[in-house]
This record gives sequence, structure tokens and C-alpha cells, in this order.
Amino acid sequence: MKHLLSTENLSAADAIRVLDTAEEMSAVGDREVKKLPALRGRTVVNLFFEDSTRTRISFEAAAKRLSADVINFAAKGSSVSKGESLKDTAQTLAAMGADAVVIRHWASGAPHRLAATDWIDAAVINAGDGTHEHPTQALLDAFTMRRHWSKLNGTASTGADLKGMRVAIAGDVLHSRVARSNVWLLKTLGAEVTLVAPPTLLPIGVEHWPCKVSYNLDQTLEAGIDAMMMLRVQGERMNASFFPSTREYSRRWGFDDARLRALDDLGMKDTIIMHPGPMNRGLEISSAAADSPRSTVLAQVRNGVSVRMAALYLLLSGDSREAAPTNAATPAFASQSSKESN
Amino acid sequence: MAEKTYLIRGAAILGGEAEDLLIRDGVIAARGKDLTDENATVIDGKGLVALPGMVDVHTHLREPGREDAETVETGTRAAALGGFTAVHAMANSNPVADTAGVVEQVHSLGRASGWVDVRPVGAVTVGLAGEQLAELGAMADSRAQVRMFSDDGICVHDPVLMRRALEYVKAFDGVVAQHAQEPRLTAGAQMNEGAVSAVLGLTGWPAVAEESIIARDVLLTQHVGSRLHVCHVSTAGSVEIVRWAKARGINVTAEVTPHHLLLTDELVRSYDPVYKVNPPLRTDADVQALRDGLADGTIDVVGTDHAPHPSEHKECEWAQAAMGMTGLETALSVVQETMIETGLMTWADFARVTSFTPAVIGRVADQGRPLEVGEPANVILVDPAARWTVDPHKMATMGRNSPFKGKELPGSVVATFFKGHPTVLDGKLNTPYRYPAVSSN
Repeated sequence: MKHLLSTENLSAADAIRVLDTAEEMSAVGDREVKKLPALRGRTVVNLFFEDSTRTRISFEAAAKRLSADVINFAAKGSSVSKGESLKDTAQTLAAMGADAVVIRHWASGAPHRLAATDWIDAAVINAGDGTHEHPTQALLDAFTMRRHWSKLNGTASTGADLKGMRVAIAGDVLHSRVARSNVWLLKTLGAEVTLVAPPTLLPIGVEHWPCKVSYNLDQTLEAGIDAMMMLRVQGERMNASFFPSTREYSRRWGFDDARLRALDDLGMKDTIIMHPGPMNRGLEISSAAADSPRSTVLAQVRNGVSVRMAALYLLLSGDSREAAPTNAATPAFASQSSKESN
Repeated sequence: MAEKTYLIRGAAILGGEAEDLLIRDGVIAARGKDLTDENATVIDGKGLVALPGMVDVHTHLREPGREDAETVETGTRAAALGGFTAVHAMANSNPVADTAGVVEQVHSLGRASGWVDVRPVGAVTVGLAGEQLAELGAMADSRAQVRMFSDDGICVHDPVLMRRALEYVKAFDGVVAQHAQEPRLTAGAQMNEGAVSAVLGLTGWPAVAEESIIARDVLLTQHVGSRLHVCHVSTAGSVEIVRWAKARGINVTAEVTPHHLLLTDELVRSYDPVYKVNPPLRTDADVQALRDGLADGTIDVVGTDHAPHPSEHKECEWAQAAMGMTGLETALSVVQETMIETGLMTWADFARVTSFTPAVIGRVADQGRPLEVGEPANVILVDPAARWTVDPHKMATMGRNSPFKGKELPGSVVATFFKGHPTVLDGKLNTPYRYPAVSSN
């Protein structure tokens, strides 16, 4: 793997390799000294054209735990806000010797541009681009699901996929990079995905996606699910007539207290509730649901650091076949197995 | 003024029988077998096709205002090399071509350059703002003799304004060339709305935004008894609507670009803004419908929508990039590839859609004429057997934004005669035509 731009073209083998490596990385987080020397002397730039404190500090923690030098480049208040182009910014970072660029951008495809052009030679990690993809979010979601699913099945996480797991993703699919990355990755890992949304918040062309589509959250719950992922919905969408009001949205597509009770009534005692954050409590998810024992919201945040460590490690040192970062069993890091587009 | 005499030997006239053409004093002086002229420069036409000079109904020359993108001089050099003897210069310059002064400036620049006829298109509304009619009559009466009016790039979306424009141009035999794009349905749109946009997370540009405007406009045209030209139709549904309108006898003509005849939105998966264009690249089904529509006459003409941009407007994020592609120097080859090599059209059909009909739509005298004795010698020679690989850096246009970069295409322009003067010889620029000096103000 040279870059991590999307999950659409990520092979099952590569995805499982990232998840397995993340399992090893998570062990580091449990130590007293949460640090590995794996990326010592390497420079990771967090290039953020869009505010996202959560994702940025997650990547920062991941890089620092691998002993990389981290530079945070927030486009706001920098030369970018004075009109500097992506090309010039990329070439500047290249001249400074960045080994990896973690890019968050409001424009879909901006990470692809960095990877496909000769502006910079560094590894590119997509930390969320427009309404396109957010691959590390999907990987951390899959990591969280896999731990849960393996535990239920009484098997080890490492090496496992999500075969047979029923996942519902509800909310603003149209504008969601999280939904896109999850649909591709979960399908690759063998899960059955159902998207639940008002028709206005589903893209034209969604019928070609490898998932089911429903307009009715209650029917989806009744059909049985193992994981319920709620997506953030911006209240302002009602101003563009995507839905009539936040209250109507919440009644029809929000995971409220009644639907939380329905999980119990339907006998789904092991179903988890997920949210990529930040949550709109009372809109797409009720406080009771967000804070219930079913909720994996904080586990997702925790796992995010492990998954991003794995991604950085595999991109920056996987090809050089350095010694394993831990003394645990290390998967082979084949350098050519990726089908990642660039 | 003494233009040289040229004798073209044995070129297939419109792809038909090989004959000789004698070009003298700006006209076709003779046509037939075994012509002789002692003073003539002989050009071997063996294996070549002789066609009327192409007339582009849709060119962006960028001057005045964006001389960093293109000038009348560079754009018309590109046109000559591409086999054109006339281009319609779109109005979205800066200042906008919405007054007699600006269209006369563009017209004069064209004459000074001397590579092709430059026919300025006048804006329909002041500043392309869609609020009030520009002085269409003044532009029609100017030295530029504007007959085509367009806010191209922006749709005249106000139905009342569109109606008035259609009515008003009847006074001077004008035509409104509509850029059909319903603005509310395309706010922030980045690419064709469909399976690919869903995956790429780029805001969709629905076909219905184009088709609904065309449907409205053909009905308005019928109601007021005027003449409508639809710029760059890009969807199968648009072809259907134009076909329906023609069957009803509505005076509508339609144009398709070479790139919409060949490329699809699958290319956008690269996020390379060289594929960003307005209207957007559509699906394979649309491409097929456009080819069929052009072959059966539903679509009347090919227009390049040549839209050069400085590289910094394309070397950026997709959403930040400018829309448009260059096209003058690849148009002939792409049409040959998509329409002739597929067996959908003959070279005679090619002459109809690239020369005869475009000249009629634009009311361009002396262009798009048959290759007959006494007609103006706007003639091109094409080598249909040639194969070449597109290299934007070798083009005459200043724009490097060719979506055909690296692609091998058939057909090359060997010579272009403009008013009897060879602007292109041996596939290379020769010299421009020089207008006789006139004492005018």
C-alpha cells in the first residue's frame, strides 16, 4: 500500500491486515508507556483544510505513539486562506521532507489529486474528503464491529471478517463520506448492510451500491440487526428541504428512546449502537441511546487511534519490512498486494 | 491583390470521386478531371478528402479579458490547424460582448489575425446577468453583424426574458443559442448525476436540468414563431425532446460537442479536472443517443465548445477547477473516430454537420458553401488515414486542457484554404489571409 485514499478498492486481505495490525497497536495503548519507536525520524503532516479536532488529534496521537514527528497544518489562518493552491501547499510540504500527509479536505477527491500528481511523493492518507470517503473512520468502525462480532462468536478477532453481521446505517447518506466508506468496506468484509434514510438524503445511483436501502427505520429494526450506526445530520439541511423539520426527522429516522426499547422488546440483546461523532443528541440519537451499554461511541474513538497507528505504520514502514512493532505475531506486509487506486 | 493560384490534384470531393480543384482569386475557379494551370502551385490530393472549411458555432476565444487563457490570434491559429475557416466567438469575455463596441472589437481582432472568419456572438442579457436584454439590435447592425446571441455558460432561465429574446431577434433574423441548464437544479453541481457521482461524492448535475429547459424553450419558440439553437446537448433525453420538437415543425437546431460524442463520466473517477466540463460528461447511453441523433439529423451540427483555461485553473481540486476543454484541434479527428469510423456518417454528412448547417445557423455568408465553381474557396484537405497522438503542448491553442491527451486519433488536416489563401499547408500553419486595405473609420 502506497496510499490510503478510499475503501472502495481496498481488498479484503489489505483490510484485514490493517485491522490485525490495529489489534497489535491497541495493545500499546494499554501499556504504561504508550509509545513505539517504529516511525522515529519520520515526519507526518496533518494537513487539514476543514476543521475536525477529533480526527486531527486522533491522527496526532497515533503518529506520536509511533514516535513520528508531527506537524499540524491547519489551512485556516495559513497561507492557504490567502489563496495558496493545493499544489503549492503540497510542494511546500514535499520540500520540507514530509513522509506522510494526512489530509482532510472539504473537496471530494483532493487526496486523490495529491496521490496522482507529482506535486508530492509522500504517502497520502485520506482523513475525510468532502462527501466522498473517510476510510480510517470505516476501518475503525469495522474494527469495533469485528471485536464485538468475534466475541459473540467466541472466536479471535485477528484474521476474522464480518461475515453474516447485519449492519444498519441510518442518516444523511447523501452527504456522508462515512456511509460511503463503510458500505464498501463492510461489504468487502462480508457484512450485510442496510442504509436507512429519507429518500431526499440518498444519492441518485444508490441502487447500484452493494447494500439494501430502506426508508423505514422501524422495519429495519424489526428485520433484525447486529449493529446500528447513526450518522450525523445537520439541522440546517431542513432549510434546503431535505426534510420538513428536525422533529419530523427525529421521529422517523432518529434513534430515540422508543427504538432503544424496541431492541430489547425484539430480543436483540447484543445489538450495538454506533456513531462516528460528533453527535446531535436529540436529533439523530437520543441521550439514552448514546449513553446506553449498547453504545460503542467511546470505544470507536479509542479504536480510532489504533487503526490510524496501523495505517501509518503500514504505509510508512510496511514496505521496508522492519521488525514487528510488538512481540506479538506479525502479519506479513506484502508490498504489492494493495489494489489501492491512486 | 494577387493571391497565388493553387491546383489541388485528385482529392476525393466530400469523400466521393477524386477530382481536381483550381483555387484562384479567392474562389473555386474550376473543378474537374485533369485540370491544368501553368501558374498554379500544385498540391497532391491523392488519398485526401476535400471538404468545405469547418464552421464552429461555439468557440471561446477569451479575448478581451482573459488573454492569459487564449487570444483571438492563438485561438484562430488553433482553428485553422483544426480545419476551420470560421468560428463563432462566445460572448462571455470580460467585458462581456453585450454591446456593439465589444463585438466590433472582437470582429476587428479576427480580421487582423486573418486565420479564420471570426463571428462574434452577442450576449442575450447585459453582463450575462439574466436580468435585462442587451442591445441585440445594435450588435446586429454593427460591423460585426451579429446574428447569434447567447449567454453561454449561463442559462437564460427566466422564461419571460427568454420569450422576449426569442421574439426580439426575429427583427433581424437572429437566433438565440441557449445554454440549457436550470440553475436551481444544478446549484454547486460538479458532474453528471448518476451511479458515478453517487460513489465519488460529487454534487450531481441531473439530466433533467438540461432537458426541462430545452422542453420549455422549444415550446416558447413555437409560441412566438422564432428560431432557437440549443448549445451542446449532452443527454439522451435532450435528443428525444429535440426530435419531438422538429417533428412538430418547431424551428430548432441543436449542437453536440466532440467530447460528448466520445467521453463518459467514468473518466471523472480520476478526479482529474481536465474532465470537468459544462455540460458534464454523461453516460455511455447518452453518448450512443448523441451519435444516433447526429447521424439522423436530430442534432444538426458539431460545435467544439473550445474552452481553454490557464493550467492553474485545472491543477487543483476538482471542485475548484474551471469547467471546459479545448477542442478546435481535435474536433475533426474525434468526429471521424466516433461518426465516420463507426459507419454512422459519410464525409458528405461530415461536411453537413461541420460546415453547411453551422454556416446557415450563424447566417455566415461565404462559408459552408458547396465545393463548386464560383464558390468562395474555403476548403480543407484531410488525410483520413493519418493517425496521431494528442499532445496538448504541441497545440496552437494556449490551453493545455485537452481531455484527449495521450490518445491516438484518426485523421489530420493537411491544408486549410481560407478565402483562397492557404492558412495551413502540410499540416502546419502557413500565413494568415490579409484583407485588402479599406479606408474605413
